[in-house]
Amino acid sequence: MVRKVVPGAVVAVTDLKKHVGLLVIALFASSANSAVLPEERADTMYHAYSGGGVTIDGPSVLVRKNIGNKVSLSANYYVDMISGASIDVQATASPYSEQRDEFSLGADYLVEKTTMSLSYTNSSENDYQAETVGFGISQDFFGDLSTLSMRVSLGSDDVMRNGDENFLEQAEHRRYSLGWSQILTTKLIAEVSVETVADEGFLNNPYRSVRYLDPNSGTGFSYQAELYPTTRNSDAVALRAKYRLPYRAAIKSEYRRYADSWGISSDNLELRYTHPLESENLILEGKLRFYKQDGADFYSDLFPYLNATNFRARDKELSDFSSTAIGIGASYQLPERWALFNRRNTVNLYWDYVLFDYDNFHDVRVHNSGDYLPGEEPSYSFNAHVVRLFWSMWF
Amino acid sequence: MYKRALLLLPLLLLAGCETMMPEPWVKPYERHYLADPIMSFERDPVAAGYMNHVYEAREAARGAEGGSGGGCGCN
Repeated sequence: MVRKVVPGAVVAVTDLKKHVGLLVIALFASSANSAVLPEERADTMYHAYSGGGVTIDGPSVLVRKNIGNKVSLSANYYVDMISGASIDVQATASPYSEQRDEFSLGADYLVEKTTMSLSYTNSSENDYQAETVGFGISQDFFGDLSTLSMRVSLGSDDVMRNGDENFLEQAEHRRYSLGWSQILTTKLIAEVSVETVADEGFLNNPYRSVRYLDPNSGTGFSYQAELYPTTRNSDAVALRAKYRLPYRAAIKSEYRRYADSWGISSDNLELRYTHPLESENLILEGKLRFYKQDGADFYSDLFPYLNATNFRARDKELSDFSSTAIGIGASYQLPERWALFNRRNTVNLYWDYVLFDYDNFHDVRVHNSGDYLPGEEPSYSFNAHVVRLFWSMWF
Repeated sequence: MYKRALLLLPLLLLAGCETMMPEPWVKPYERHYLADPIMSFERDPVAAGYMNHVYEAREAARGAEGGSGGGCGCN
């Protein structure tokens, strides 16, 4: 392969290296008082998402352990077991079940006030393989009132299609994030984070279809395969704050704004209230979350004819929609007589109820029973339950 | 000579900044409220990571989830 060398670019890269070098020196150039490694603990969780005709559940086990006082290692095994039939499957395919297994390994290395971390994740399904490596660095400064963190991750996916042995496509994902957390008062901490994601390759679902008006079809419409652009760049910025109330309780607020090159933009807002009941060894929590998005430029519930546009999608996750979630949960610390291995143990149960309301994704299942003109079907909506039941033990 | 004096100007400005820089205003002994586990943004990484995965699967938005989120390798 012949590689072109552009002098300007070389200078720019050298400059960039210098700047990165200075930044790294600046990050390491502090002393005294050190940051701390994450808590050593083991979590065993059962998770379940159930809604819209689909159930996705399974276990997740996360263990984190220190080696000496500078290194922390973590390992996570996570499973999604998918069964049922979503509205897309009910309209265009047959019910299915599958499983996704994910392994992650992570290492954090602490030097003075700097924590460096490495991570590796492998996710595997019968028709999708994904590997991600990540590197992060975070630095405490300004009397430990401020923490600056950066993270880069690179992901590489193989996309396959069941029933078609010749189908193999690739996708790559790069994520860059920057976070600043700041202690503002003795009772208030705030954080701002930004993240850019760049995707390249085969980004659509190989099974999903769009529908278009077809006078030759009995229902008045037919289906053809989705076709997405091969690149996607997105930016997200989030602002969150946590405040300790005058009694022992805390409120959290979070706002995030998102926009991408597919024309999607969204806002979400979350409010959370945490209330310990010390005499009962309980911590109670309640939350509200609102999400609203404007869909992709190339999304349509019903295209006017076959191959009507360069790109086409009818994935409801790319449509205009909003969702509202209400969640409650409790964490119970086991009394000493029940505590396993003489450690601190908690059992935790959290439940969210989410209502999804789609503006321009219509429920085509009505054609099975009624007489509707294409595009005049009722808008789709559904609700979902999300459960996390887990046991935690601190070493 | 005049030029040399100009070169020193940024240094003088920096020295000025040094005295103007605010001191960290919350002292280590004033952080008992902040040290309370209920004050962390996410107490349980296993559950927070899962919720981020659920949101990312159901919504087009991704990124800026905070310390425990992002890069789950799932699509």
